[in-house]
Amino acid sequence: MNPKMDIQALDQNIPKGTSLWEDALVRLRKNKLSMIGLGFLLFVMILCLLTPWIAPYGYEDQNLRLGAIPPSAEHWLGTDTFGRDMLTRILYGGRVSLLVGFIATSVALIIGVTYGAIAGYAGGKTDAFMMRLVDILYALPFMIFIILLMVVFGRNLLLLFLAIGAVEWLVMARIVRGQIQSLRQQEYVEAAISLGLSPAAIIIRHLIPNALGPVIVYTTLTIPNVMLLEAFLSFLGLGIQPPESSWGLLISYGVETMEEYPWLLIFPGLALTLTLFALNFLGDGLRDALDPKASKD
Amino acid sequence: MWRFIGLRSLQAIPVILAVITVTFFLVRAAPGGPFSSEKAVSPQVQAALEAQYRLDQPPLQQYISYLSDLVQGNMGPSFYYPGRSVDELIFQGLPITAELGFYALLIAVIIGSFAGVIAALKPNTMQDYVPMSLAMVGICMPSFLLGPSLVLVFGILLDWLPVSGWGDSRGDKILPSITLGAMYAAYIARLSRSGMLEVMSQDYLRTARAKGLPEYVVILKHALRGGLLPVISYLGPAFAALLSGSFVVETIFQIPGLGRFYVQAAFNRDYTMILGTTVFLSTLIVVFNLLSDIAAAWLNPRLRYQFNK
Amino acid sequence: MMSHRFRICGLLLLSFFLVACGGGADSSRVATGNAEGVLHFGNGTEPQGLDPHIVTGVPEHHIIGALFEGLVTKNPYTLEPEPGVAESWDISNDGKIYTFHLRENARWSNGDLVTAEDFRWSWERALTPELGSLYNYMFFPILNAEGFAIGELDDFSDVGVKALDERTLEVTLREPTPFILQLFDHYSTYPVHPATVLAFGAPTDRFSQWSREDNIVTNGAFTLTEWQINSHIRVEKSEYYWDADEIKLNAIVFYPTENIVTEERMFRDEQIHFTNEVGLDKIPVYRAEQPELLQIAPYLGTYYYLINTNKEPFNDVRVRKALSMAIDRDLLVETILENLFLPSYALVPPGTLGYEPPKTFGYDPEQARQLLAEAGFPNGENFPAFDILYNTQENHQKIAVAVQQMWSETLGISAAPMNQEWKVYLDSTDNFNYSISRRGWIGDYVDPNTFLDMMITDGGNNKTGFSDPRYDQLILREAPAMLDQDERFKLYQEAESILMNAMPIIPIYTYQSKHLKHPSLKGLPANIMDYYNWKYVSLEASE
Repeated sequence: MNPKMDIQALDQNIPKGTSLWEDALVRLRKNKLSMIGLGFLLFVMILCLLTPWIAPYGYEDQNLRLGAIPPSAEHWLGTDTFGRDMLTRILYGGRVSLLVGFIATSVALIIGVTYGAIAGYAGGKTDAFMMRLVDILYALPFMIFIILLMVVFGRNLLLLFLAIGAVEWLVMARIVRGQIQSLRQQEYVEAAISLGLSPAAIIIRHLIPNALGPVIVYTTLTIPNVMLLEAFLSFLGLGIQPPESSWGLLISYGVETMEEYPWLLIFPGLALTLTLFALNFLGDGLRDALDPKASKD
Repeated sequence: MWRFIGLRSLQAIPVILAVITVTFFLVRAAPGGPFSSEKAVSPQVQAALEAQYRLDQPPLQQYISYLSDLVQGNMGPSFYYPGRSVDELIFQGLPITAELGFYALLIAVIIGSFAGVIAALKPNTMQDYVPMSLAMVGICMPSFLLGPSLVLVFGILLDWLPVSGWGDSRGDKILPSITLGAMYAAYIARLSRSGMLEVMSQDYLRTARAKGLPEYVVILKHALRGGLLPVISYLGPAFAALLSGSFVVETIFQIPGLGRFYVQAAFNRDYTMILGTTVFLSTLIVVFNLLSDIAAAWLNPRLRYQFNK
Repeated sequence: MMSHRFRICGLLLLSFFLVACGGGADSSRVATGNAEGVLHFGNGTEPQGLDPHIVTGVPEHHIIGALFEGLVTKNPYTLEPEPGVAESWDISNDGKIYTFHLRENARWSNGDLVTAEDFRWSWERALTPELGSLYNYMFFPILNAEGFAIGELDDFSDVGVKALDERTLEVTLREPTPFILQLFDHYSTYPVHPATVLAFGAPTDRFSQWSREDNIVTNGAFTLTEWQINSHIRVEKSEYYWDADEIKLNAIVFYPTENIVTEERMFRDEQIHFTNEVGLDKIPVYRAEQPELLQIAPYLGTYYYLINTNKEPFNDVRVRKALSMAIDRDLLVETILENLFLPSYALVPPGTLGYEPPKTFGYDPEQARQLLAEAGFPNGENFPAFDILYNTQENHQKIAVAVQQMWSETLGISAAPMNQEWKVYLDSTDNFNYSISRRGWIGDYVDPNTFLDMMITDGGNNKTGFSDPRYDQLILREAPAMLDQDERFKLYQEAESILMNAMPIIPIYTYQSKHLKHPSLKGLPANIMDYYNWKYVSLEASE
């Protein structure tokens, strides 16, 4: 392979740096499934944003005498054992789950990608030190850490995001570092170095865009993880408290009564699954669109 | 190569020491001691218990004596199970969880990479959508949902398989292994699909194709090697996570594994047990991360070259 | 294009599953158990251990009850004391001296005789402060036992326990204590085999291996044969037990059934004869379809909320009463509690050996609002927001969510349910770091005293800051000295009226024990203690 070719490709990329993203957008628009996914996601987000105005009932309005009834004209998705409207609770739960999903994942993404990229690029002793630190954090007993957080800070939604982000970035860092490490050996990066580009510029302009594929895929995998982790943390007392709810919590309660009141499991489960499907199609589309190799075809 | 392994093994010592130190003081800072219970504990009883478990000593002294015991291979007595040592409990649960984890990962790797690879061969066709949608369902189905659902269908309604146990009756290992493996299978499917797609567009594959090699040779000899790279670097942390993640499955299926000890120890504030399982887990993490780095290097020719230098 | 290598992969995969699925479920454990006389018993959680003087839980109680026997036992139908190791006993006229005559054929599982000295030695061990026995207070009615346990007395011969000869044990009490015989059936007063304990370490050594499966020597109807932690514990009929001919079971296998959903499925799959619990949501299903499998009975326990009486505005008795009167317990019971539990208006469950607790209040939203207004919060205005603390568990959450709504609707005040992990919750409650906190209490023995002595000033289980000198006087001095049962109960009623007028706790419901029981299982009747006497239990194979 001729290193010159890569330098030329590099040169072409530098002056019109945005073209990668413009190209990607064009390609993404062509991907029907991704656009359906995006549309659905936007639809769910708007629903959740408007929930306080469009929800048919209050999320804590009980009707103990009514109890759990299957879907009906008054309650489209049925009610739970407190006689609370499930549609309303799923809408309100979506607000929490989407918020946790996106914010905690962003925290994990930002820390993980930065950390992993630096470690992978620097290599040598810096890399070894940084990655051993990740190993240490990964091995600490997570539950004790959460219990301590709960006591020190009390219950706090923001804290929940941070706690989740603080755990999830570790794997992200490992994945990014692995990618960067192998990309760093490629000729065009060595060429860029010899051209005298600063490490920051190389990482941001050349390495991270090329590592985006696995990062996007892992991000779409992290979001469901985070949403379910939220249910576990709420269970431990960190995070949201009843009567508030989230999809993860609704599902975990639904499991207990899956034989008696299946609608308590099916509808929150569907909400979560459909949203994640949409997210995933969008993620795949993004991945394909951002593939720098594909742009040359 | 050997130098690399030796260096990483040396690095493991400060890592594990740091984990022990942080954990040691972390657990003592957590509210609620090992002996608190709903029934009030009288001050005399509390004092007697603390004396028996050396909790009346200054923390630093406790720390030093713990470390010196540990160096001699003694992880101390469990605070929750009187008369049992942490070593004993770990070695009782370990083979069971290891077996469970092995089956689960086996299922995950076989199904996951198979699905991921066939999806990547024809991206954006039904051959891609079907396995990937199934994978997505796998990711959305947490084990606390998948386990009870499988039991309901195969254990109760069809009555094909036992609803609980591990090695007690025929076929009782199937459902727990599938439950634990499903999520990892889904992950691996997604990671291998994207890894394969990445590789399929690389120049050396085009070169291989241009040479007129049959497609399956191209895929098996050239593409798989690079395409499964993300899977390999995922497997290390996955195996460690599997151990702590097996708790849910072990509880649902009544399996006497290590995962239950690991989580229950935190709930019981069983200080020595938390430390013991954490030391064990951190050793595993170090070893498996090392193994996955070595495997990744072997699969990546450029890194391998650097390795052997 | 699919290459043939992939097809091979697929074939391998398929064959893996075919092999894996080859085995079907075996014939049920219940069926083989019935044929072999082996009871499969859902026991809740893994026992911490099997040393009767160290452990405290209910699952431990079930197993230790099979392995050991105390001076007396109980009839599971009437809960009346029955002879155990002691074949008879004499009580002095003042009710303070009990003389137990041990049987000649009571033996340990290694053939040794069970002697009066074994009991004296065991009780000294249980009371030695260094052992740290959480249940040592069960001995406190015995003369000087408390002094020895807290280290004020060094010489055990001052304590009212004497082995007069090999077969005679004399116990001297501080006060007549009419319920004392029940304590001698509590596992904390069971004997242990001194030579075995000493063979594995000092008597007070908590790390001793003496109670492990190969070492333990027991005196009960069964011996320990298998102990696989987190899997099962198996006990088998003991040939040395004095009444071995009467034992109908050949073995009992205890399973740590932690997950309530799994336990019910194990029962449905006929893997166990008896469940430790039944989920609330399952109750209506079984009631409708198989009511004969449900075993439900009143249980000697009360579910209540603690109020932190040191904290504004809960230091005002009017506020506490308003909170309590605003809870519609009937509605709670009828709806989310599936008509299972009984509404409760006092601390002691009704029907405790004929004791009826006073009813000093009821559900009264009008008066609740009025009391709150008098306390300075008309319509709940300016009432500070507060938390209802509970440990993470679904039923606790249900109650908290419903009560929160009732308080909001009736009183206009805003309470937030707050769950904490178990040990954190204990820590918060112990340190008065709460406003309202959920609590449950199960009686150790059938007498109002096991509930009411909690609430004495600075009592370890009081946790509310409640203190009343007359109450303390009644519980600590007058009631224990009263020999006549009716008079004694009147004193307890007076005390409980004082308690409920101060309302440091909000009683919510009286527990019910609930189990699923296979029809083949006989002799395991429901009773208020949820007490099982394995001697009575048998399995009858159904046709």
